[in-house]
Amino acid sequence: MKRVAIVGYAQHPILKNAGALNEVELIMPVVHQLFNDLGISQQDIDFTCSGSCDYLQGAAFAFVEGLSAIQTNPPIKESHVEMDAAWAMYESMLKIQMGDAETALIYGFGKSSPGDLDAIISLQMDPYYISPLWPDRVSLAALQARVLLDQNVITSEQMLASVIEARANSKNNKNALITDLIDESVYLKNAMVSSPLNKLDCPPISDGSSAMIIASEEKAYEFTDHPIWIEGIDHRIESSNLGSRNLATSNTLQASMNQLNLKNIKFDVAELHTQFSHELPFLKSLLNLQDVPTNLSGGPLVGNVMMCAGLDAIGKTYESLKDNQFTHGLAHATSGPCLQHNMLVHLEAQK
Amino acid sequence: MSDSKDLLRAPFELAYNYKRSNGPVMSQFFDALGEQKILGTKSSTGKVFSPAAEFDPDTHESLNDLVEVGPGGSVESFSWIEAPQNHHLIKEPFAFALIKLDGADSSMLHMIADCNEADLSIGTRVTAAWSETTTKRITDIKFFTLEK
Repeated sequence: MKRVAIVGYAQHPILKNAGALNEVELIMPVVHQLFNDLGISQQDIDFTCSGSCDYLQGAAFAFVEGLSAIQTNPPIKESHVEMDAAWAMYESMLKIQMGDAETALIYGFGKSSPGDLDAIISLQMDPYYISPLWPDRVSLAALQARVLLDQNVITSEQMLASVIEARANSKNNKNALITDLIDESVYLKNAMVSSPLNKLDCPPISDGSSAMIIASEEKAYEFTDHPIWIEGIDHRIESSNLGSRNLATSNTLQASMNQLNLKNIKFDVAELHTQFSHELPFLKSLLNLQDVPTNLSGGPLVGNVMMCAGLDAIGKTYESLKDNQFTHGLAHATSGPCLQHNMLVHLEAQK
Repeated sequence: MSDSKDLLRAPFELAYNYKRSNGPVMSQFFDALGEQKILGTKSSTGKVFSPAAEFDPDTHESLNDLVEVGPGGSVESFSWIEAPQNHHLIKEPFAFALIKLDGADSSMLHMIADCNEADLSIGTRVTAAWSETTTKRITDIKFFTLEK
């Protein structure tokens, strides 16, 4: 494996409603901030890859419009994933491994405010057995929450703690959308959206974008004296047949942990793409992170830009390693209902 | 200045206008629903998937041995919606649920209605309630109700 490093990351302030700001206008500031910080331009990028969801914009190939945010003349090598931009980073890693690129620009963007996110996510499910029933994303997450509570994998106190801590930690992220603190009485007063999940157990509807630049070992030091190395990366997906999955655990995440040999690494920090309050204690337990500071950025509960929040978990882990005396960080990105598809990224600061 | 009637116009329909084939396995499942029967597919290990799966996610084998399951089953998990949203098919409080039909080893995602949240727990017995008209879709099962 060639060594690849993250050399820059930028996040747009997460907005409740970006209004007339279109996707291009959301992407441009973060890409240009990165270029300015590193003193480079699009000409220094060998490969560009984005992550977004055409369903959010309501048009086929809507992601092509996003390219207006960057300079594409002279022509560039470019690709897109209809997924969270964490997977755009994965594709970029492969491109560098294959020797086709030394540097890559990754960006993700999403505007959830204009439409009905619950209805839109329903349409992305299995069109035979699931979509015709119009299950909303909260109800699907709630199915897993109930299994985890019933089998004592997590407790409702842990769910409450996830919500309170996310808001307390939001002070560490200047781009967070939700920053007001709450206590137990406020939490308990919130109506159930889909029991056992109440409104505060769910992430806020969010608009925004993020961008990242990664580079091969040869190139990384041209950009920065302090690259953060991608020491391990692995992603696996479980069956699309929701009813055949064991929602009380994740065999695929355990396989990824073994592949990355995580049990022998002492992590200093972790950022998990946990969109619902029950997912944080579940994954902390599964990933053996009980004693590891997790989601110091507040995580998705204080700002959850669709197709971006997974890349943000990687970006926030990168920032934590860069800004502190930390060595090892673990980032997690997810996709699909009930943590169906998961990516783990092991980041390491230069010693 | 030209009148607006001189402007070029083109229709634009934002729609989910795909046609899909049900394929050999799911076609049998949906045909059976039209006769108020629920089928599952059986793997070589004896495991039964309902709704009918085309392959076993563990052994990866193709599945084409169809067996009848249900119409009763037990609740594996549920989420209760007190205030349904516009896109939901049921306008009264209801549940989305994973239901393991009798004779099946996997669960079916569907809805449970005509009951209260307090009536439901993991393990509660439910049975299929059928739609008045059949369209050979998963919604031919209108929802599940508490077993009498």
